[in-house]
Amino acid sequence: MRGRSPALAAFMVKEFRHILRDRQTLLILLLLPLAQVVVFGFALRTDVHDIRIAFVDPAPDYATAELRARFAGNGEFDVVGTAPSATAVERIFRRGKAELALAFEPGFGERLAQGAPARLLLLSDASDPNSSSRREAYARAVISDYRDELGPPGGVRIETETRMRYNPTLESVNLFVPGLIALVLTLVSALMTAISLSREKERGTLEILLVSPLRPWQIIVGKMLPYLGLAFANVVTALLAAWVVFRVPFRGSIALLLGASVLYSMVGLALGVLIAARTPSQRAAMLGALAGTMLPNTLLSGMIFPLSSLPEWLQPLTVIIPARWFIVISRGIMLKGVGIEYLWEALAVLGVMLVVLMVAAIRSFKPRLA
Amino acid sequence: MSLAIEVQSLTRRFGDFTAVDAITFEVRTGEVFGFLGANGAGKTTAIKMLIGLLAPTSGQARVAGYDVLRQAEEVRRRIGYMSQRFSLYDDLTVRENITLYGGIYGLGDAEIRDRGTGLLDRLELGHAGDERVGSLPLGWKQKLAFSVALLHQPAVVFLDEPTGGVDPITRRQFWEYIYAAAARGTTVFVTTHYMDEAEYCDRISIMVDGRIGAMGTPEELKRQFGGETLDEVFVRLARPAA
Repeated sequence: MRGRSPALAAFMVKEFRHILRDRQTLLILLLLPLAQVVVFGFALRTDVHDIRIAFVDPAPDYATAELRARFAGNGEFDVVGTAPSATAVERIFRRGKAELALAFEPGFGERLAQGAPARLLLLSDASDPNSSSRREAYARAVISDYRDELGPPGGVRIETETRMRYNPTLESVNLFVPGLIALVLTLVSALMTAISLSREKERGTLEILLVSPLRPWQIIVGKMLPYLGLAFANVVTALLAAWVVFRVPFRGSIALLLGASVLYSMVGLALGVLIAARTPSQRAAMLGALAGTMLPNTLLSGMIFPLSSLPEWLQPLTVIIPARWFIVISRGIMLKGVGIEYLWEALAVLGVMLVVLMVAAIRSFKPRLA
Repeated sequence: MSLAIEVQSLTRRFGDFTAVDAITFEVRTGEVFGFLGANGAGKTTAIKMLIGLLAPTSGQARVAGYDVLRQAEEVRRRIGYMSQRFSLYDDLTVRENITLYGGIYGLGDAEIRDRGTGLLDRLELGHAGDERVGSLPLGWKQKLAFSVALLHQPAVVFLDEPTGGVDPITRRQFWEYIYAAAARGTTVFVTTHYMDEAEYCDRISIMVDGRIGAMGTPEELKRQFGGETLDEVFVRLARPAA
């Protein structure tokens, strides 16, 4: 490296020095993504208010009506409707309309009156295990309250069985964390280069670099590569947090995931360079990097809202959101364990984005006609 | 007699506004050339075209024998530039800044070390090599920035208001360094707002409204415009613009 391009090497050495010297910023850059993944990961998942419940009540009678009324009257529950059968519940879960379903056996009231064990089946969407067990506990509390009022313990028997269903409702932590990693990575990557480059712009050092024999691509690569090291550290901590804190599974190749993360981080770094090159001040560059990564990557990437739920005219726009493709990759590898044969398209799109962003960034450094 | 800078009808327009209007001039090798003008007269735009930061709308310029537009790479290798904004990295040490610029201009490690040591000795900054540039007083920073801009021994060095905000003693020293560089054969192209500094130049040009209003040695200009000092010459020339 040094032999071939001493100018680039000297430039990168300088970048490393900037990074290592500003300890405070370095610490923030290393810890912030970790904190974001953990905090958002928790914040986004564990609310069990307004538990949406559906009923399967093939033969309604006085007792099922009474129990259903108690759920409807309980503030924690939100009755979303009824399903004709337990299998129909599956469909409701898949559409994300309910998280819990209560199925009564036919003749529920009759068996209660006879003192025979009356059976209930609780179906829970357990794609998020924590919330799921909490929802189940709430429901069991409502049921046992009802039973206790009917008679002395032992006299009236209600047997509640629980079935956990894994259904991707796009709300589970497993689906969330890969998306969160995508968001945090671009945010931090784009911010790092945007701030670093716009600082040089404001201080006037960029002018000196542009007058020197350094070529625009060398300035850009020299800016990106040192920060790539930092971005990689962020990838590793974010993935570790996903695994240690949230128990998100890693079913596929970790090497492939790391490789894709590096590619994706470079897209973010290049985006930061482009933003800094096109904005007049450091503050504008920061805002640009925040606005340019935060909102689109949250709303249009499929991280929170499934892409299919977006208005049709908005859907084509998601194609240009890097996080949309990285989420496909990270979910694919982590949750489904798929390999490159299913992910090459998303990887290729990220590669094309990287090239386009780099070319645009290099062009904006050619000051010839500005 | 060789020419360090040749400028032919150099023009730059921004929309309807003509910042630099067909200027033509030459600077000889080894000359200290003062490039003067009121704020907004087009000095900065002209310099930016000469150092390759801005493309001319029309006209030509050759610096160190190469065309600024078509042979930008060759020009860059042969020029040094010190902007009016302080141009070193505050968070790097004196030595690290020297190493950086030496490396960017393709100097070898040994060369960087030797020239760096020589540079620090000349500036009497030998003791401060490992200090961060940010902790140095402004005058020293400016002198250091100037020396770093000369580290790769450029044919032409462009100094854009190099002495802004420094005390008179340091300014005096600064000009000693400028003369020393010129004596070694480096052409110095310098802008300033201090007329006493303009007196130090071999020749000066005064830009007025994008054109060169006057050009010559300080003595010639004073004779031509009937002023006792360059100050008077400058005000007389620049007033119609204001």
